[in-house]
Order: sequence, then C-alpha cells, then structure tokens
Amino acid sequence: MTVKDLQKAMRQNIRDYGMYIALIIIMAIFTIATKGIFISSRNIANLLNQTGYIAVLAVGMTLVIIIRHIDLSVGFLSGFLGAIAAVALVNWHFNVWLALLLVLVLGILAGLLTALPVAKLGIPSFVASLAGWLIYRGALLMVTSSTGTIIIPDKIFNAIGNAYIPDIMPAGTTFLHGLHKLTLLIGLLAIVWFIFREIGARKSKQAYNFEVPPADMFVLKLVFMAIVLGLITWVLAGYNGMSWTVVIMIAVVLIFDYIAKQTVLGRHIYAVGGNPEAAELSGISVKKITFMVFGAMGLLTALSGILFASRLQSATPTGGTLFELDCIAAAYIGGVSAAGGVGKITGSLVGALVYMSLMNGMNLMGTDISLQYVIRGAVLAAAVIFDVTTRKVRR
Amino acid sequence: MNTPILEMKNITKTFPGVKALSDVSFEVAAGEIHCLVGENGAGKSTLMKVLSGVYPHGDYSGDILFEGKVQKFRGIADSEKAGIAIIYQELALIPEMTVYENILLGHELRKGLGVDWNETVQKANEMLKRVRLNVNPETKVKDLGVGRQQLVEIAKALSKDVKLLILDEPTAALNEDDCDNLLELLRHLKKDGVTSVLISHKLKEVIKIADTVTVLRDGQTICTLDAAKGEVGEQILIKHMVGREINNIYPDRRHGDAGEVVLEVRGWNAYNAKLGRTVLKDVNFKLRKGEIVGFAGLMGSGRTELAKSIFGNPDGYELKGELLVKGKPVRLRSPKDAIKAGIAYATEDRKGNGLILIQDVKQNITLANLAQISQRGVVNKNAEVKAATEYKDALNIKTPSVEQIVVNLSGGNQQKVSVAKWLFVQPDVLFLDEPTRGIDVGAKYEIYGIMNKLVERGMSIVMISSELPEVLGMSDRIYIVSSGRIAGELPAAEATQEKIMQLATN
Repeated sequence: MTVKDLQKAMRQNIRDYGMYIALIIIMAIFTIATKGIFISSRNIANLLNQTGYIAVLAVGMTLVIIIRHIDLSVGFLSGFLGAIAAVALVNWHFNVWLALLLVLVLGILAGLLTALPVAKLGIPSFVASLAGWLIYRGALLMVTSSTGTIIIPDKIFNAIGNAYIPDIMPAGTTFLHGLHKLTLLIGLLAIVWFIFREIGARKSKQAYNFEVPPADMFVLKLVFMAIVLGLITWVLAGYNGMSWTVVIMIAVVLIFDYIAKQTVLGRHIYAVGGNPEAAELSGISVKKITFMVFGAMGLLTALSGILFASRLQSATPTGGTLFELDCIAAAYIGGVSAAGGVGKITGSLVGALVYMSLMNGMNLMGTDISLQYVIRGAVLAAAVIFDVTTRKVRR
Repeated sequence: MNTPILEMKNITKTFPGVKALSDVSFEVAAGEIHCLVGENGAGKSTLMKVLSGVYPHGDYSGDILFEGKVQKFRGIADSEKAGIAIIYQELALIPEMTVYENILLGHELRKGLGVDWNETVQKANEMLKRVRLNVNPETKVKDLGVGRQQLVEIAKALSKDVKLLILDEPTAALNEDDCDNLLELLRHLKKDGVTSVLISHKLKEVIKIADTVTVLRDGQTICTLDAAKGEVGEQILIKHMVGREINNIYPDRRHGDAGEVVLEVRGWNAYNAKLGRTVLKDVNFKLRKGEIVGFAGLMGSGRTELAKSIFGNPDGYELKGELLVKGKPVRLRSPKDAIKAGIAYATEDRKGNGLILIQDVKQNITLANLAQISQRGVVNKNAEVKAATEYKDALNIKTPSVEQIVVNLSGGNQQKVSVAKWLFVQPDVLFLDEPTRGIDVGAKYEIYGIMNKLVERGMSIVMISSELPEVLGMSDRIYIVSSGRIAGELPAAEATQEKIMQLATN
C-alpha cells in the first residue's frame, strides 16, 4: 500500500470521515485555546454528560428527517415528560422504575399522536409538530404552575444524569492508581469486540468470494480504531469513569445504528425517505414506517427528558426550551439530508458532539454568549455546505 | 448545405472513471431540422449539456462555435443569451402559474418596479399564436395536457428570441396526435428561420422530419446522414446506433398453449374520489399462465389505473367487482398484499415512483423482497450482493458494480434494474407499464428477450404500452382500453395497428 492509495481512499471517503475530522479539529483548537483544560478527563466527562440528552434526540431526529419529516414538538415534550417524571416521583409517590416506564410509554404515545395527522391525513409534519410544540409548552407550564420548579429527591433517578458506573476494585488500590478500572475493562472489551466483528465481516465476505481491502489496509484500520477507542477509554477512566448518561447514549446509538444499517426495518425507513411512492409500490407501508419513526422519536424524547431532569435533579417550567432546534442542528451537522433518504445514526452522535463541544469549549474560554450563537450558526452553515458540496463531487 | 449555425469540434468530456464523450464533432446547418439519435448512454444528453453550459467551459475539451464565434458558456444563462434554448423531457414549467406567467418567467417585461402584465399577456398571445396553441393564456399550466404543456414550453423558448431550439425527447410522453402536431410545428418554425435539434428514440418520426441525422454511439460521432440524399432509413439508423443489424426487433418465442387462468377480473369498477370521476368501468379480462397480454390504448385511457387497482390499489380508488388469483377471489388492500399474492407491477415512471434513485443497484433490486435475504429481520448484506449480482448478470445490466447509485445509470439500464427488482420477488404475474419508454433499441431488444424467457418459464406478463408495433410484436392477445373500458380484445394474429387505433379512439 502506498501513500497514494491512502490519499485516494481518504478522498473517496471524505464525506464519511469529514465530520470526525471536524470534531477532532474543533477539540484540538479548544484544547490549545484552554491550555489543555478542554481535553482533561474531568471536562470530557462533563461534555459527554451535557451531550447525552441532545445526542439521544438527534438520533431520533435523524430518522425523522430521513423520512422527509421534522418534529418540532420534541423540545417541550421532553421538558413536559421530565416534569411528569418529577410529578410521578414527588406527588404520586411512584416507584422510580414505574415512573421511568410511565414516561417512556407516554413518550411513545406522544410520538404516535404527532404521526397520526401526518400519516393519516397528510398534514405537513412541520405544522403537526408545531401544534405539539405549543401544546406541550402549555402542558409543561400547567404541570409546574402550582409549584414552579419541582425538586426531585429520588437518588436512583438522579443517578441517571449525574452518577458514574461503579468500579470493580475498591478505591485506594495501587494498581493503575487514579484510573477507573471497570471503564478500562469495558474499553478493552469494546476493542476486542470491534476487532472480532471486523474480522468476522471480512471472513464472511471472503466466504462469498467478494473482494476485500488488502490485508495491510485492514490491519491499519483495526489499529487506528483500536487506538481511538483506547484513547477515549483512557480519558474517561482518568476521572470517574463512564457515567450512566454515556452508557445510555452509547446504547441508544448502537441499537439505532444497528436497526438503521442492518435490519429490514432500517431498509424500509431509508426507502421511504428516498422515494415514498416507490417504497409504497414495493410493498412497504409508508404509514406504518411514519408511525414507527415518530414513535421512536417519542421514546427518545422521553429518554432525553429523563436525562435532563435527572441532570438538573429537578423539573423546571422552561425545561426543554430549544432542544428541538439544537437536535435538528446536530442532525444536520451529522450529515442528514433534508431531501430525505440520506443520513447516519453515528453521524447524529458526531453532530451532537461537535455542537456541544462548541458550547462547552467556548464556555471554558469565557466567550460571550452572543458570540457563541454566531459561531454555532456559522459551524452549522459550514457543515451543511460541506455536506452538499462533497455530495456533488461523488456523482 | 447552408452555413453552419453551430459547430462543436472535438468535444471530449470525462466523468470520474468514464469517458462520456470522446472527440465528438457535431455540426448543425442554419435553418435545418437536425436529429440526434443514439442508444441511451451514447452521450446525446451529455453533448447537449456541454452545449447549453450545464457543464461550463473548461469542464470539457474542444470548441463550440455558434454563429461563427467561439463560445465559452459558463452556464445556461450564457447559452440562452446567445440564442440557444433546450427543452427537456421533464418540463420546466410551474404548474400553479398561468400560461402567460410561465411563458415570460425569468425575463419578465417590466414597467417601473413591477411587471407589465398587459404587455406580458399580449406577448404571450403572440407566442401562443406562433406555436399554434389555442388556449386562454390565463389557464393554469397544470390544467393542460402534456402535449399542450410542451407547446407552452416552446412558446417560452421562442419568446427569448431563440435561434437554435433543442428538444430532448419531446415526444416520449405524447400521444400520436400531439406528436404529429409537434412535428408539424417544427416544420413551421423552420420556415420562420428557427433551427432545431431533435433528440429522439422514435426512429419513425426522425425519418419523417429530419433534414440531417447525426448518430452517436458510445460517446463518439458515428456518422452524419443527409435525408435529401436518401441516406436516412430505419434499418440503417438502427445499424449505426447499435453497431450491428437487428433484423427482427421482436425476438421469436415459442407460442405454446396457454395454461390455466392465473388472474381474472370480473365487473371491475374504480372510482377516484379525489378527482370525483370514474376511472374504470365494468372491466373484464383474463390472464393465462405463460402468456403475454398486451394492453393498448391512448394515454389516460385507464391502463395504468387498471394495473394499479389490481396491484393493491395504492391510490385508494373505490373498487367494485371481483378479482380472482388462480381462481380464488381475493381482496388486495395494499401493494404488499398483491406481492404476497404473486403479483408484481413495474411502473411506467421508473424515476418518479419506480426506483429509489439515490440508492444503489442492489438496494433497489432487493427492496420489494428483503425477506428473501434476511433472517429474523436482519439483512444479510453479503447474500444481497450475491443475489443482486446474479440479476445484474442475468439481465445484462451495464454497471461497474451493484454498489453503483441508480441515478448514474442510463435509462435502459435503470429499466432493467426495475425489472430485476420485480423478478427478485418471483411473481406469477408481472405487470410491465411502458417497459421500453425512453430506452434505446438495443436495450428494448434485450427487454423483449427477457420477457420471452420469463413467459417460457411459466410467468404471465401484462404489457401496457403506447407503442403499437411493440404491443403487436410481443403479445399473444391484446386488450384495447378506451375511457376506462375494455373496448375490445384481439388475438395477436388478427390485430393490426389500424384495428387497434379504431377501437382505442372510439
């Protein structure tokens, strides 16, 4: 393999890796500008915890945008469902697991409700979900009107947004002092799992006599990915280890990425986005897919409401404000196309990380909030321009 | 020969990995009607995009001389300014706007800060007269038929003082009357001094109208033929286009005894509630195992509606009547039901509602039957590539790999992908709606061959087509559809173009 081959491969895949490169550049800039504070384990842990509720929403929004719709209601729905969780725990004295279940189910129902006029009557989702935006805003105010902010005292609930996974060895062990051992173990397992999966996929391709990338290229990719995963693990282990938020976020991304890429359902979602009429004539029920995607969006909205309320340890009358636009921005930065049928779940995670890194980094630098908005807007515009222009090149 | 109005010299245009045009020269004399023919993928559209500036100067090598001057068009605006107008098959009209608004769209007549509407209407009327279209300019374009819309588009081009009018497959979507009308108009405009270039797959009309014909093949100019010298004829054009002689365009097939009835429709009525009109009236027909049944008729006669109403009724017509699959009455509530019952429908509009253009060949082929290549809802991507490659090879789909995005394929190959998609479902009954529209002679021949192979293997095919020779050449039996009714049934042996047209128009 020559440098030329590598360059060629880079050029061909610039679209796929562009967002990762952008993320690394942004992180590098902030690391330098904050003299290393940005990349410190403590800050990265904080950044990931901040990203959680937006990333979860961005995953759902990516699916919604792939099928050519939009859901504006998710911001206040997320705030409202967070408040419901608080009310269930505080006023109704629900068991915490029951409260979580209730909120998740309500989220799915709310998503299906948004889908109802869209799928059945062909009402534009912009309008249908704008109505939801107003309704849930009102509902959130109603729920919090008598008490104002509701403080949540439940330890388990608050752990979701604030606590870290326990360690396997008691604190104070000298072995790998100051590092979170379970996080290291999980990271190691992830690397092993990744390598086995890649080798398995390669073998399976060879079994079909398909062309596979040259062995050196393959090994290089494995080594590179192992280093990346290793670094992330190392940074996380340097503070308190993985937070529950990170666990949930990774689980959501992995599950939805698997559904989108590997399953028949995922194929049907992309088909509906690519050409709804052709999908319908191919025996796919566009209505059913619309309901499923909005239902998933509702579920993820509920999850984001839980993450946010848990992080604040309370539900506020303004909870969820502008989440919908933040997650739409994250989805677009992550490479989803408004024309439908194009977009990746992993892209939405990277988009959310880019978006929240900007916020986090500029806060560390003490950048004025007004300038922060301008810069976030510029990055969104740049990301979409990059996306559109690179798409043209690869005709 | 008159002085050339347009000379394109040694044009070469490459796309990543493909040489679309290789040293092409193309010369059009002033005041002639010049036809450009070639198979799909021969480079006709690319050449016209080079000419119009869609591919700007510098994107290709070679020279363009228009009216004797070297031109370096950087975009469509430049070429329009020089007096070149291109009318594409997909019309560039705004359906919700009126005829006069459309005609002067983009070069509105101004009065102060606003638009001079009186002047606009007058100018539009003038242009409508030139294209001999008698409609109220206040009509919305969406209320006109395709044929008339085409004339509006030409009026629009004329209003820009066009010197060279290029028509890309203008007649592909027109019925015979509209076609004749359009050709007549071109002759008329020629007298007015407008030079036209006509890109067409319909060789009969090329022969009818061309002064000169240029044949492209595989991105190269093959020859330029002069009609006045009697050089233009169907066989010779086909020979140059495909590079071989096709003696019998409809390949032979064993016409065995047709088997049992696989599909039957009795007293079938369909009412379109959205439009408030009846689209099908008391339709009865039968389809036997191993036969090709042709559905002939004019555009809008209800053939597509009939196919769709059987194929799970995706447009939601109110249906009455009986549908029998293999003798058993069934109700098919969605395309999914229909596919399960062994019925497949390849649409007439492969780009609009047939294929997913942004997805690749394999994803399109497997879409309607993903269950075949998945276990417990998870797609086996390797099995998918294998299956798609088998169909690609069997149907001779010309693509570098099954990972190619479908939008990059030529029309004929897209059509083969569409057929492959439905073959992958392994249906008993296959509806092919205009299977050869807009595709070239070579690809047509291959599609016919595929159809023959399928029926020999016991599949039954319903072929809907507006091209009578094709219906006559391929079918065992022909139903003629007119105004939502079956106007007649003819065995292939007794059918003639005249008989069919008579039934179709009454």
